Amino acid sequence: MLIKKSADILSSEITDKRTYLSRREFVETAMGIVGAAAIMPGLLLPGAAQAGTRLTGVRPASPRAPFGTDEERTPYEDVTHYNNFYEFGVEKEDPALMSKNFRTRPWTVTVEGEVNKPAVYQLEDFIQPHTLEERIYRLRCVEAWSMVIPWVGIPLADIIKRFEPTSKAKYVEFTTLHDPAQMPGQRRAVLKWPYVEGLRIDEAMHPLTMLAVGLYGETLPNQNGAPLRLVVPWKYGFKNIKSIVKIRFVEKQPTTAWMVAGPSEYGFYANVNPDVDHPRWSQGRERRIGEFLKRKTLMFNGYADQVASLYAHMDLKRYF
Amino acid sequence: MTQQEWIERVIKPTLFVVCLIPLALIAWDAFNNHLGANPIEKIMRRTGDWTLRFLLITLAVTPARQLLNLPWLIKLRRMLGLFAFFYAFMHFTNYIWLDQFFDVDEIIKDVIKRKYITIGFASFLLLIPLAITSTNNMVKRLGGKRWQKLHKSVYFIAIGGVIHYLWLVKKDLGDPLIYAVLLAILLGYRVWQRQRKKSLEKEQVAMSPVRSG
Repeated sequence: MLIKKSADILSSEITDKRTYLSRREFVETAMGIVGAAAIMPGLLLPGAAQAGTRLTGVRPASPRAPFGTDEERTPYEDVTHYNNFYEFGVEKEDPALMSKNFRTRPWTVTVEGEVNKPAVYQLEDFIQPHTLEERIYRLRCVEAWSMVIPWVGIPLADIIKRFEPTSKAKYVEFTTLHDPAQMPGQRRAVLKWPYVEGLRIDEAMHPLTMLAVGLYGETLPNQNGAPLRLVVPWKYGFKNIKSIVKIRFVEKQPTTAWMVAGPSEYGFYANVNPDVDHPRWSQGRERRIGEFLKRKTLMFNGYADQVASLYAHMDLKRYF
Repeated sequence: MTQQEWIERVIKPTLFVVCLIPLALIAWDAFNNHLGANPIEKIMRRTGDWTLRFLLITLAVTPARQLLNLPWLIKLRRMLGLFAFFYAFMHFTNYIWLDQFFDVDEIIKDVIKRKYITIGFASFLLLIPLAITSTNNMVKRLGGKRWQKLHKSVYFIAIGGVIHYLWLVKKDLGDPLIYAVLLAILLGYRVWQRQRKKSLEKEQVAMSPVRSG
């Protein structure tokens, strides 16, 4: 699936020097690993070598909103070393350090619930029928910081159609891998494991919603949710569940991990909304990573034209 | 050198330099671009951590000198307390300047609406009179008793500081709880001491008529 005819140059391939240098460093490390593996093939972990592999056959991002943006992209180094991924520790630096040996192959995705075609897919078969495309989205964390990230992935709607959801499929529930042996953060009850997230079916089918397998033209680094993660750019970052192993179609609204952790702080919808404050963070402004002054947060993270109609008759203060 | 000279000429200057190391490390990391993707948040965390640490260290002086029988440690307490204030001031300045960039409206809203900021802000304000009255001159002007009474407010300030941290973290309470436990031990020691003193006094009162008779 990943090997197709070569594509046009992705905008993400034109990188700044800092990124370029950090990537060169990575390549050198990777060469070292590959070199060692050539001598001792047994040492090469099946998953470990995958991260940072260049994806081919990717349809480049549209330069225009909403699927692209001319805003400056957050450097690769920052995108991959400032992460909230509690399965690998609660500090921002933890996921990059603790996920180094995380195995993302083999990987299966279970599709179940209200669908005509429930199945357990190998990741390759899950992705294979689709063309990968690049999307440059803003990401707004509930902690009042934001990034601009060139994702590579597939519109979730295209994938969902394959499973033929029934009329009872009102919501989609996603589950992260639960494997405390590999995910040291899960050895402590910081959240109720495994991490669960959910979308209303119309949100899941929305053209902006995607399942990402890469960023900056390469396979997802483990700390960014390899091998498969959700990207919903008009919602707070925690909705973008990482390392997905299960997609379940259900009739009732799922209870997400953060709803369990703090029902008064985290709602099911979690739409970016500058007018509805979180008890701990004003949501009116945000710090774009790499910038000094805070900027105003936009309604639905700047995707209001595309998604506001989904919530036309809802009190967003109540359904936060 | 007498013990007095040793403390004044060697121990105090050394301690002063040591207390500046956390600041030097923050400056070094900032200079070398080692503060990560969100340097302002990082400076916030590190100055906040060191404020709490210095508060706890300052509160540890009394138990340490009594338990280890090192009465001269009291001579270092003022400097340690002032460093707690110094790092709190850095933390506060970072918030006002780098984080909010003097946006008064936002700051007022923050202080009123976010309870962790309310209590942190209040604790910082309460530290100011303690810093101002830390000189020998002020001790004399206030008189030992009143000065001591005023400076007992450091107990509430430390509690406020720990609650500030507890309310700030999203989910993992591990780090703030470590501070909470240490503070509980330090304050518990004082309660225990007071109880012991009281019961000793009672005993003496009970014994005195026997002695006089």
